[in-house]
Amino acid sequence: MQATDELHVQSVTGVDLQLRIASLGGRSYAFVIDWHIRTVAAMAWYTASTSVLYQEFAVSQPDATFWFVVAAPAAVIYALYHLILEVATGRTPGKRIAGVRIVTVDGQVPGIAALAIRNVLRLLDSLLLYAVGLTCVLVTRQSVRIGDIAAGTLLVYDDSNADTEGFNERAVARLGLERAELAHELLGRWKSLEPEKRQTLARKLLDDDTPPSDAALHDALKELVR
Amino acid sequence: MNSPRDRRTSAWVAQRSDDWRDLESNLAEVEDTGRIEGRTALRAVHRYPEVARDLALARRLSPDGTLARRLERIYARLHRSLYRPATNLRADLTTLFRREIPEIAHELRHRIVVVAAGFAIASAAGWWMVDTYPGLVGLFASPEAVERVQGGELWTDGLLNVMPSSVLSAEIFTNNILVSLTVFCLGAVYGLGTIYIIGMNGFMIGAVFAFTARHDLAGRLAEFIVAHGFVELSIIFIAGAAGFSLGEAIARPAHRTRTAAFRRAATRGARLMFVCCLFLVGAGLIEGYVSPNPAFPLPVRLAIGIAYWVVLLLALGAFGPLRTTSDQRGSKKRVQGVHQE
Repeated sequence: MQATDELHVQSVTGVDLQLRIASLGGRSYAFVIDWHIRTVAAMAWYTASTSVLYQEFAVSQPDATFWFVVAAPAAVIYALYHLILEVATGRTPGKRIAGVRIVTVDGQVPGIAALAIRNVLRLLDSLLLYAVGLTCVLVTRQSVRIGDIAAGTLLVYDDSNADTEGFNERAVARLGLERAELAHELLGRWKSLEPEKRQTLARKLLDDDTPPSDAALHDALKELVR
Repeated sequence: MNSPRDRRTSAWVAQRSDDWRDLESNLAEVEDTGRIEGRTALRAVHRYPEVARDLALARRLSPDGTLARRLERIYARLHRSLYRPATNLRADLTTLFRREIPEIAHELRHRIVVVAAGFAIASAAGWWMVDTYPGLVGLFASPEAVERVQGGELWTDGLLNVMPSSVLSAEIFTNNILVSLTVFCLGAVYGLGTIYIIGMNGFMIGAVFAFTARHDLAGRLAEFIVAHGFVELSIIFIAGAAGFSLGEAIARPAHRTRTAAFRRAATRGARLMFVCCLFLVGAGLIEGYVSPNPAFPLPVRLAIGIAYWVVLLLALGAFGPLRTTSDQRGSKKRVQGVHQE
């Protein structure tokens, strides 16, 4: 089944939103980061607490303190990592780093019940070393695992400000929308363009009296959109 | 920038840009703190259609331009903040226990009976097998447990000497919660996972009882189980029924799509499992503190077991009037409407 790229969210204003659906790459990237964080955190807790309480890592005769202070918190960190962080902060560090977040199929922020359901159904997705969840992501149109289908959620790419950062609306008043956007785009892609091409483009946007050097053109362009 | 259109665009952007920046700072505050003042919230509501109009205009002027993308982000963040579901934990829990759980349990009642019957049949099969071929008990019990039963004592005897009640309880309820959730989740495989686990558990209990009966210990095993067994077994049946409803949603979704039917079954089943997990914590405490303690005589154990089971039935709404949810009332109204037409 072919995956769809965007989730169209209808609004009462009649102006729809388009959210880019996270594919297998984005999802697995977030998962791998989260898996490492929760594994390391659980192991760190185990190591630190056993070394403080018992001065050894392999406890030969585990008592009640071992189960409640060492083993149970480590198990909780590992097993409830996703649920606790998603409910408390909206998303896990892995999702934050991968630039994805959970939304409902209506494009809204999911409630506690939906987050709990998608994490309970992780039991099913994680069968056969997550092969079940992986297969489901590959064959579904919105690249979702079984837990997401059950909870009515999906992952979308975050609305990063990276490509619009530094855009100055006040420059529009001086340059007009088209020139201001072109200047901003050119500045954003300055390093990736060949010097000759970027200088030609910059000269078209700047006044004729700008010095011809690459650095001077770059500075003049920055000054233009400032 | 000489054309009248350019001048109008510039004037519009100049007029609106301060508003966009102000809105962005308000949104950042809401996203960071999760709180918003009433006046700011109201202003955000008024700004929502304004930003929508700005976005529509920017898309028209420069569809993939930087300004359109910037406004899309502001609009998306504002939409997310405004449409964030309200959380009222107390009201949600009240609705869950007073309306949803009785209604879901009522809907699953036939499946619960079917699962319980399947469990009983598997138990009878397990009993027959071990009663006929006693050597096969090794498939269900560890060599140490078999040896102890043959020596005239149960593997549960002296359990508290090995492990304190607190640890025993925690270990038991964690395991039971995990088993119940697995029974529920594996139901998604057309109910086959649920059948397998329920069948295996029934088979195992029947076999173990048959083996202990051969050594005159079945009565003592029942005495051990009676305080926590009613609730634990009931919850296994409920988990099986909820799991079956997942499988049924995929196999025969009726008038819904498979996805919608599966989502509905999962949402309702998960709510029921949440309540069941709470009861499993209590059952684990009973199994850790009461069941292995010889100080509790049989009548006390029986009273605890039955009383806790009645509490579970009360929570499931077994004795109260059924309260239908708005979803069901809506369905009934629609059906009535169809009949009238």
